[in-house]
Amino acid sequence: MTGWISDFMNHPATYLKSGWLQISVSNLIVILLMLTIFALAIFVPFPRDKEDHK
Amino acid sequence: MSEMWTAKLRNKWQKNLPIEKLLPDDQPAFVVSWIYVFGVLTLSALAVIIASGIVLAFEGPAWYHTSDVGKFMNSMHFWSVQLFFVFMVIHLWGKYWMAAWRGNRFRTWATGAVAFVASIATAFTGYLVQTNFDSQWISFEAKDGFNSMGIGAFFNVTNLGQMLLLHVAFLPLLLGVITVIHVLMVRRRGVVPPIDAEPQMNEARL
Repeated sequence: MTGWISDFMNHPATYLKSGWLQISVSNLIVILLMLTIFALAIFVPFPRDKEDHK
Repeated sequence: MSEMWTAKLRNKWQKNLPIEKLLPDDQPAFVVSWIYVFGVLTLSALAVIIASGIVLAFEGPAWYHTSDVGKFMNSMHFWSVQLFFVFMVIHLWGKYWMAAWRGNRFRTWATGAVAFVASIATAFTGYLVQTNFDSQWISFEAKDGFNSMGIGAFFNVTNLGQMLLLHVAFLPLLLGVITVIHVLMVRRRGVVPPIDAEPQMNEARL
């Protein structure tokens, strides 16, 4: 692996800690991304065929 | 009516899951939402996982660790698993908040939950059989966890042969069978209607 991606990945993960809760930044990003996709799936309207609007 | 078990099975199948339910060409109006897409996205990711996994199994580690195409296929297998879990968890959240076990759909919900657990086991054994330093580190960390639960004698995570066979033979078969049962149950009962839907909405068609 070469280039920026190796610089980005070849080091220990950064962790956030608050009391009993400890989570890596990468895991937190994935969870927030999933929650965002979930919210979008709920609120973004699904495209309909033109006939459905009649 | 014939007493043959084949006839009984056929009659039961035709009563519970006629071909119109198995291969529908329309869905209730409430299905027009992105949240209903994540089940089939999970299935699509699973198809990519199985296809790329078959290629990896035929070519072997010496190929997928060294050649460019092999590394690509290895990455395809890995990232399709990541997407599989993202899609499956969003599908799970959606179904949880819909209370999708309503309307005699408990077994649909339960097989989905079992498929989730089987997927975790399959992914875990996948991490163990990467045949690199990562899998070596994971297995030596995991053995302490398994031994502390008292099941290390049955699941020896440092035994590459055992983990490889579980990953490429037993667990995909188990997951595949559960997934097929889950999908057939979804087809049999239909997609769960919204909680506040009028009774006639269950019959609404696009």
